[in-house]
Amino acid sequence: MQNFDPAMFVAVLDEMLGPLLWVLVVGSIVATLAFLWLLIRDRGLVSRRFVVSELVGVAGGFGAVLFMQLITHSGLSDVGGPVDWLLVVLIWLIGTVGTTVVVYDLWGLWAGRRALLGDHA
Amino acid sequence: MEVGLDRRRLLQAVAASGLVATTPTGSAATPAPVRSRAKIVVAGAGAAGLATASRLARRLDGAEIVLVDAKREHWYQPGFTLVAAGLKPERYVVSGTADYVPRDVTRVEEMVAAFDPEKRAVETSSGRRIGYDYLVVATGLVLDYGAIDGMDTDRIGENGLGSHYAGPDAAARTWAAMSRFADAGGEAVFGRPATEMKCAGAPLKYTFLTDDILRRRGNRSRSKLTYAAHSGALFSVPVVAEKVRMLFADRGVETRHHHVMTGIDIDRRIARYAAPTGETELGYDFINVIPPMRAPEPVRQSPLPWKDGSAWARDGWVEVDKHTMRHNRYPDVFTVGDVAGVPKGKTAASVKWQVPVAVDRLVADLAGEPCDSIYDGYTSCPLITKIGRAMLIEFNYDDNLTPSFPRVIAPLEELWISWVIKETALKLTYLAMLRGQA
Ligand SMILES: Cc1cc2nc3c(=O)[nH]c(=O)nc-3n(C[C@H](O)[C@H](O)[C@H](O)COP(=O)(O)OP(=O)(O)OC[C@H]3O[C@@H](n4cnc5c(N)ncnc54)[C@H](O)[C@@H]3O)c2cc1C
Repeated sequence: MQNFDPAMFVAVLDEMLGPLLWVLVVGSIVATLAFLWLLIRDRGLVSRRFVVSELVGVAGGFGAVLFMQLITHSGLSDVGGPVDWLLVVLIWLIGTVGTTVVVYDLWGLWAGRRALLGDHA
Repeated sequence: MEVGLDRRRLLQAVAASGLVATTPTGSAATPAPVRSRAKIVVAGAGAAGLATASRLARRLDGAEIVLVDAKREHWYQPGFTLVAAGLKPERYVVSGTADYVPRDVTRVEEMVAAFDPEKRAVETSSGRRIGYDYLVVATGLVLDYGAIDGMDTDRIGENGLGSHYAGPDAAARTWAAMSRFADAGGEAVFGRPATEMKCAGAPLKYTFLTDDILRRRGNRSRSKLTYAAHSGALFSVPVVAEKVRMLFADRGVETRHHHVMTGIDIDRRIARYAAPTGETELGYDFINVIPPMRAPEPVRQSPLPWKDGSAWARDGWVEVDKHTMRHNRYPDVFTVGDVAGVPKGKTAASVKWQVPVAVDRLVADLAGEPCDSIYDGYTSCPLITKIGRAMLIEFNYDDNLTPSFPRVIAPLEELWISWVIKETALKLTYLAMLRGQA
């Protein structure tokens, strides 16, 4: 795999997504920071919240694959060689991880807000 | 090793993708501007002319760059095939030339009527003379519909007549005709001209797309598809020609070799061909006409084309050194894009690699420095084989395949990833190229 250059992926992603790539990069940094902040605030992972987020995340992964096929006028039957499956898995993984983190973040922030409001009441 | 070359091209691509432009470490990709008071005329503001003007504007400080072209609309021509298959709307391929002209470039909204390389000047359609120190010829080519007896571009879309090369509107009308045909099935005829042509893959792509749409509508078994090839092969690169031959066999597309279209009877739906056995006729319910292509008239009338009595000389392609894009007889003239008389590669992908070489050489001349930039004939053709799959074919002057992603994306395999790249990435890359960023 001597010619498997990470720069290659960045170049391809940049070409495919254009400015959207940077929106996604910034978005994922914000989501990751929020996730870390929640870990600190809640002193660890709130497991029930995480499991449900993961379940939604899996659906998000399939959603990402479907979305990609929708915008490119294609379907699962067009997936041909191994590299195609690699792309499907990659898109699914990104969709799954992204959705899981975002759902966990939103839920955590919402729960925190409720707790805060509860304190004031 | 080959890997090293690929990596170099890739790093160039990364450097040029605009990624590096925002980070100071990428300064190697954009050297400090060269100060010059030279006057450079760029004739033609299509893909090659705009990319050249943008790059020159970035590389030079103080030079006068004049871009001459009357055309106000910019057409993203690689998208015509998608429009003609109903996958993209007409507006996907139309934008304005002005959107891509850098601020410090002077635009002259006229055509060049005459080239006078002896006196280093061009004359515009209004009779204005513009002198230059350097000239870049980027006029593209003309579609010679007149060479097909009985052809009438106004009737594209009517009575099964398609021709997706003629422009955005013609591509949309071709889709209307093809879609009507696919609803009923019947006989469809495809082909290519015997001259040099832009994107030699496009006629094949359109054949595959029609086949796929017929299948989706359940009318493939009721239909017959015939491809009239001008020569004995389906593509100029032997390994690709062989692959396409197998795919045509798989899809049931019949091939007629050495058939060159000479005329058409639009009312009776008959196409005429010069063939080895004499004149032949093919009846059709749908046809995609792709006419002969030549250099624009002012170029053909000038001293710029090849003078060696070859077919290239007859069609007026400009005489250039195929590795430097510099004119063989007029060292202050460069030629890029479709009008250049080089083997292969009348594609936007070739433009992407030709322009940096011509600009490097021109700027090096002005700076009084040597230059070793070389164009190796690289071109690419994402050969669509159905909606949802394509082969990412890249090759050079030597008929070698030069994949950007060796051992990852197989060039001769029908893949979804290649289709995804074609559908989502290529237009962005193209637009970045017009702006001199890629
Ligand atoms: C249907 C179709 C599909 C294609 N598919 C692909 C593909 O998949 N991949 C790919 O890489 N390429 C593809 N191409 C080819 C690609 O579009 C061309 O190779 C590219 O546009 C060439 O750029 P150019 O600047 O040389 O010519 P053009 O972009 O055609 O521009 C030429 C310009 O010169 C101007 N001009 C003409 N005469 C004069 C004059 N006398 N004075 C001043 N200006 C003049 C014209 O007005 C025009 O603006 C396709 C083309 C077509 C038609």
